[in-house]
Amino acid sequence: MDSILSLWAWLPIWLQSVIIDLLLIVAIMVPLILGVAYMTYAERKVIAFMHVRMGPNRVGWRGLLQPIADTLKLIFKEIIFPKNSNSYLFLIAPMLSLGPAFAAWAVIPFTDQLVLTNIDASLLYVLALSSVGVYGIIIAGWASNSKYAFISAMRSGAQMISYEIAMGFALVGVLMAAGSLNLKEIALAQEGGIHQWFFLPLFPLFIVYFVSGVAETNRLPFDVAEGESEIVAGFHVEYSGTAFALFFLAEYANMILIAALTVILFLGGWMAPFPIIPFTLIPPIAWFLIKVCGVLFFFLWFRASFPRYRYDQIMRLGWKVFIPVTIVWIVVIAVAKLTPLGFIFS
Amino acid sequence: MLENYVPIILFMSLALGLAVLLLVLGRALGPHKPSQAKSSPYECGFEAFEDARMKFDVRFYLVAILFILFDLEIAFLFPWAVVMDEIGTFGIVSMLIFLGVLVVGFIYEWKKGALEWE
Repeated sequence: MDSILSLWAWLPIWLQSVIIDLLLIVAIMVPLILGVAYMTYAERKVIAFMHVRMGPNRVGWRGLLQPIADTLKLIFKEIIFPKNSNSYLFLIAPMLSLGPAFAAWAVIPFTDQLVLTNIDASLLYVLALSSVGVYGIIIAGWASNSKYAFISAMRSGAQMISYEIAMGFALVGVLMAAGSLNLKEIALAQEGGIHQWFFLPLFPLFIVYFVSGVAETNRLPFDVAEGESEIVAGFHVEYSGTAFALFFLAEYANMILIAALTVILFLGGWMAPFPIIPFTLIPPIAWFLIKVCGVLFFFLWFRASFPRYRYDQIMRLGWKVFIPVTIVWIVVIAVAKLTPLGFIFS
Repeated sequence: MLENYVPIILFMSLALGLAVLLLVLGRALGPHKPSQAKSSPYECGFEAFEDARMKFDVRFYLVAILFILFDLEIAFLFPWAVVMDEIGTFGIVSMLIFLGVLVVGFIYEWKKGALEWE
């Protein structure tokens, strides 16, 4: 032990901080990967129960080891390279999907103490990274050189950028209310109980943001990019083995990310709904996780409840409903700020 | 301030490292027996008719152009929204005029049918 400590003290300061950072990153990534694994299990179970089925129940107690079995299966499967594909792009695409989906977690404040790095432009950073995610999909569809993959890449590219606009406008509303780009500051601006959370004054933006989040992650009912019954699996139809697993990881990590952002931006982050004694006894991190799980449940519920939208309906919803709604609400906030009613939005 | 961004670079490289690790694991542990049928692009069990990189509807291109415009507007709105409480009436009213111009453009493209998909 002493020798380890003296070795530690001997290391230069910058190396020490890099090692500490790396350990912290692993401490975020490992629970995230486990979260993704058990998200797939929860998805199958929840949807099964909504369909009055059992869901996975063979591997381990009540099927609890199913995600681990799935991971092992994927690792031992062959990665097939389609013969007309661009092999470099074919491999870069899943990495480009996974990288941003994970790296965005660097700035997520789990509580007011627990954040890997507290940068002032954290919301901008998250927005930028979520835009990079679309490259992974487009490149995957292009590199596969398969018709299904290509159609899906075009569709989901157009869909994701359309909903990104609605999402961006919704975020502008949050910024107007919070007055900061720092995710921690935004959550702190909602301190003081459930009536201070932004989902009340910004209710239309909350709905727009969450539904756009569902569309951004290509989840049902907006999953024309994957539409099993028409284009088989869309942009990852030619991927197999761990290359497919990377897309899968990225999609679910993005889902959890959207849920976490919804909680931080609109649902008070790690704050208890009522700042009185039985609620404040639960630690902040637990509140954060409870809220994230609650939001994630809606993703599953949507999938079990709604039929898939048609592509023109998706584009109409994004451009002709969400964008006007958000612009109107931004104007409402701006005008309210000019009058004595401005306190509602701050 | 800039040293706050070091963990972000580390996080990105670790995420990419994980991706590479998974791909290498899959390549090392999985079988690798390519065959003509297996590696041909998937298309209903038939031989692929033509190259998949075909001509595509111009509307997707149009959506991308409109996206750039609107995303730029959002980039303008972001700094304004952050300092909203400090810039006072003048700042807010000038941005509302800017938004008005944007809305006129939006109505124009709507009427022109740029947002129609049928």
